[in-house]
Amino acid sequence: MMVTARNFAGSYTDPARLVTVEYPEERLPQIENARTFPFLVYDGENAQAGLRCVACQICEKECPPQCIYIVKDTTKKRDHAGKLQMQPKIFDIDISVCMGCQICVEVCPFDAIKMDVAFEHSTGDRFGRLLLHKEDLAKPNSYYQRIHPTEAAETDARMAMERAKAEAKAKEMAAKVAKATETFDPGKTPGA
Amino acid sequence: MGPHHPSTHGVFRMDVVLEGETVVKLKPVFGYLHRNHEKIAEGTSYLGSMPYTDRLDYFCSLTNNWAYALAVEKLAGLQVPERAEYLRVITAELTRLQNHTCLIGFLVQDMGALGTPLMYAFREREKILDLFEELTGARMMCNYMRFGGCRCDAPSGWLERVKRVVAEYPRFLDEYEKLFTENEILMARTQGVGVLPGALAVNAGITGPMLRASGVNYDLRKVDRYGIYGRFSFRVPLGAHGDVYDRYMVRLLEMRESVKILEQALRDIPAGPVMDSKAKLRGFRPKPGEAYGRIEAPKGELGFYLISDGGPNPYRYRVRPPSFINLTVLEDMCVGQKVADVVIILGSVDIVLGEVDR
Ligand code: SF4
Ligand code: SF4
Repeated sequence: MMVTARNFAGSYTDPARLVTVEYPEERLPQIENARTFPFLVYDGENAQAGLRCVACQICEKECPPQCIYIVKDTTKKRDHAGKLQMQPKIFDIDISVCMGCQICVEVCPFDAIKMDVAFEHSTGDRFGRLLLHKEDLAKPNSYYQRIHPTEAAETDARMAMERAKAEAKAKEMAAKVAKATETFDPGKTPGA
Repeated sequence: MGPHHPSTHGVFRMDVVLEGETVVKLKPVFGYLHRNHEKIAEGTSYLGSMPYTDRLDYFCSLTNNWAYALAVEKLAGLQVPERAEYLRVITAELTRLQNHTCLIGFLVQDMGALGTPLMYAFREREKILDLFEELTGARMMCNYMRFGGCRCDAPSGWLERVKRVVAEYPRFLDEYEKLFTENEILMARTQGVGVLPGALAVNAGITGPMLRASGVNYDLRKVDRYGIYGRFSFRVPLGAHGDVYDRYMVRLLEMRESVKILEQALRDIPAGPVMDSKAKLRGFRPKPGEAYGRIEAPKGELGFYLISDGGPNPYRYRVRPPSFINLTVLEDMCVGQKVADVVIILGSVDIVLGEVDR
């Protein structure tokens, strides 16, 4: 009886016990590691042109409940390191099937898909709004930096390094080409 | 009784033949939650099955992860770094704490103490789930362990917070004991009820707290010493009669031992990487062979049996779930008891139907 009485009183007075949150007016702070549903990251201003995804379809293959659907586009575009890459024409995720496991994030070699922390996904439209398309999924890198600061900083650093490497390589290549053209004498056969 | 009776612990049904109020025959009926876990796992990659193991025993997703990871590690010969081993022990023991806490809450609720004790249990569980969420990103479907380690390291300050929760836990256990252990009603309803003799338990392959309540000293953490359990000093509490009361007591004492293990693990955890550098996620193909990984899950021996043919997904995948096998003696425990006791006996088995039906 004493134990019950103490707990009863405690639930009104002990600040550690006053845990009820008046959602939706009040919200708990988001945990940095939290994961709910994947989204696609894009760089720059344009959501479609800046999309990091190169439609390699690895996530589609690895997703345990098979809820990602990708169709490749016929035209290519350049990625952050300047390499020509594919891009997705269709990238859909079925939110009613996705189990929020984060496997797609882990297997993506291009840092293109990340976990969101938004959890208010309910909708009255049973058929349309549960299949999220590329347009709904695309969110800017700044959003990613805001919700997962530590992880995003690592990703950004890695991508910056890749870009610097690619640029250095391109410069080296350009120098080589320039040198080759300088010494190239059309009168001589190569190797002679 | 069931499948949606409030006390059947999930979608479980019992065909009971009664004589007056006495049970003369009992047949468990399950399969309502069956979702083809083993067959699905044979069609997905090794990594892809990891989130499915969360959904087996959804109270203890971290221990499920561990058993599966252990099986794959045996198959592929991966080494787990020190820090990851410690993180695994910490998360597994926290899982055990919250599982047993809730089980006792449910058990007392089955006896008719509606609400309050279960609320206390859930209050404590919340604290542990908060820790899980911070570490893994999810409260229940943690999907945290990977072959060759853990998915990520603990965020800064996390271990401190675990220490705080663990330090407070004995106080809560004292409170629990004060409420129940010498409670007359609890003793009257559980002592001598649902007796499971040790010999029968061994023959039926019962494991976990249920087996130990029958007086058989068998704990995989001591017998198999998987992971780094050989390094910790703790006792294995045993029961004497094998009745519901003993099962309750064994769990309570086991929680105190878990606190001890946690304290040691939190004290000794080293810094370092949490993943084996040889492990890879994409295109993981272990050599042909077979392996059985088993752990002492909160409910008993949880094992995964895998056969690899060298492909990207297991050729054969089989789970040995403790809940399912512990249910096999339900009839033996119930025959001769009153129908009101059946609910308590079922409660003391500690089942989660996600694991029974897979
Ligand atoms: S999200 Fe990543 S893994 Fe998926 S198709 Fe795009 S680049 Fe490939
Ligand atoms: S989070 Fe898991 S289930 Fe959801 S799309 Fe990614 S891989 Fe598939």
